[in-house]
Amino acid sequence: MANSTYNKPPNKKAPSKPKPSAANKRSSITVQGQWQAYLQHHKLMAVDSLQRLLSSFGSSLMTWMVLAIALSLPMTLYVSLENVKQLSRTWDQSSQMSVYLKQGTKDRFAQELSEDLSTWPQVQSVEYISPERALSEFKASTGLTDVIEGLDTNPLPGVISVIPRLGDQDSGALEALEQKLLQQRHVDSVQLDLLWVKRLYQFMDLGQRLVWALAALLGLAVLLIIGNTIRLSIESRRDEIRVVKLVGGTDAFVRRPFLYTGIWFGLGGGLIAWILLSAGLYWLSGPVERLISLYGSEFVLKGLGFSDSLLLIFDGVLLGWLGAWLAVSRHLSRIEP
Amino acid sequence: MANVLFDHVSKSYPGGHNALTDLSFEIAQGEMAFLTGHSGAGKSTLLKLIMLMEKASQGQVLVDGVNLARVSQRQIPFHRRRVGVVFQNHQLLFDRSVFENVALPLRISGYTSRDLERRVRAALDKVGLLNKEKQNPIELSGGEQQRIGIARAVVNKPSLILADEPTGNLDPKLSAEIMNLFEQFNDVGVSVLIASHDLPLINRLPHRVIGLNEGRLAGERPAGERKSTASDDANRGQDNGQ
Repeated sequence: MANSTYNKPPNKKAPSKPKPSAANKRSSITVQGQWQAYLQHHKLMAVDSLQRLLSSFGSSLMTWMVLAIALSLPMTLYVSLENVKQLSRTWDQSSQMSVYLKQGTKDRFAQELSEDLSTWPQVQSVEYISPERALSEFKASTGLTDVIEGLDTNPLPGVISVIPRLGDQDSGALEALEQKLLQQRHVDSVQLDLLWVKRLYQFMDLGQRLVWALAALLGLAVLLIIGNTIRLSIESRRDEIRVVKLVGGTDAFVRRPFLYTGIWFGLGGGLIAWILLSAGLYWLSGPVERLISLYGSEFVLKGLGFSDSLLLIFDGVLLGWLGAWLAVSRHLSRIEP
Repeated sequence: MANVLFDHVSKSYPGGHNALTDLSFEIAQGEMAFLTGHSGAGKSTLLKLIMLMEKASQGQVLVDGVNLARVSQRQIPFHRRRVGVVFQNHQLLFDRSVFENVALPLRISGYTSRDLERRVRAALDKVGLLNKEKQNPIELSGGEQQRIGIARAVVNKPSLILADEPTGNLDPKLSAEIMNLFEQFNDVGVSVLIASHDLPLINRLPHRVIGLNEGRLAGERPAGERKSTASDDANRGQDNGQ
């Protein structure tokens, strides 16, 4: 050791001052203490990065809005699709076949035929509607009582309503069933109400794919927006990063505040998207329900459920975190002390 | 044991510039030494090698017996925590208080706030700035800022302190005070290596001097010797007057 007491400058303080010695007395850091400090730092960074966002509220809000719009677009499509699905469920029963019997077919034969049909494997259920019942139902639903009373004979044929077994909905099987039904005795004609339902399903299938494509594209947009915002934030804190690396900060330590920034952006975007969607749905629910009620259907516009809301906000957070992570791992290694 | 050992170290940068050539020396634990030489002599490169900001092209650098060539990328932060660094432009962060600046290495090393507060105050007390802990470093004078930089370098109780032109922007009186601080840390067993071209100041102090010229060892003055010059005496007179 150098003889540092030799010829000291006169202003030097006495080195024997009872201060904790600077070397050879490293207090050991316990694992528990380190874990506590780790949590403390997380908390500190979470609060600090939020404060930074709020301190430049104007520009943060703009980023939040852009993120919210990007997040809410696929979610809007998703909610619409869910509602169409819900609506179509009530129409599912339309995927039935009406088997019209020849005029004058006796009830006895009609009953026999229905029982026979119900044993077919490709048939889920059958229901025989006698001409009398059809007439009274018709009377009840149309209110044309007087006109019908005036008729001499019942013009309606007997109908067996057949609901095919689900899963057999591919057109070939249904057409085969139709042909088979036509070959039965007493059967006059078979009406397949299925085509438009199938079209609807195709449209919904398409819609679902659109939701996914849109979600993927806009998710990518969210990643890019957050990545770019974080990149700017990294640039503005370049000096700090250099110093932190110089005094022994690990990459994880350096990354932490930026990851929290990403999370806050994502969370804010998700929340605003949720508010936008909820407000929009509330605004639309009145007119939509009135419109649907005109078609005699009981329909309540399905809003964002709890799990959907959670999913939306969680997606925002996840994308925020991921975008920040990508940006940080791309740009951080370039800043070396 | 040698705290820092350079064994035939060369450092060349892409493009063929040789910053250091076949450099060998050692600094013992608890030794204080100055590193001198004109700009571009390789002082900063030498310090960068010790901090693992650069890696030697040839030869070996050992710190506390650890061969730095074997320190993996992931281990570099942990190596840096064992070395305190002071910069010419002190590299303080002006978006936080003096306290938080000094606390930074401790937060990184994983101290809980109670331990941390105690240590930060001890370090600030040592550099005589305990009463400024709540201020922003931008409000402080150059000398005070450099003291904060020193407090930050020692707060983690490193066994080695490196300083790159720590008095570069300071007048002679403040420079002497800063050097005095380094001597105090050295007194309690910390090795100190200071790169400086402030020859009048270095000549007044009795520590070992390692001279560099164009990346090679160029003369060494052992500890205990010092040149007495007229300017030195003038400086001493100034110091006495405070």
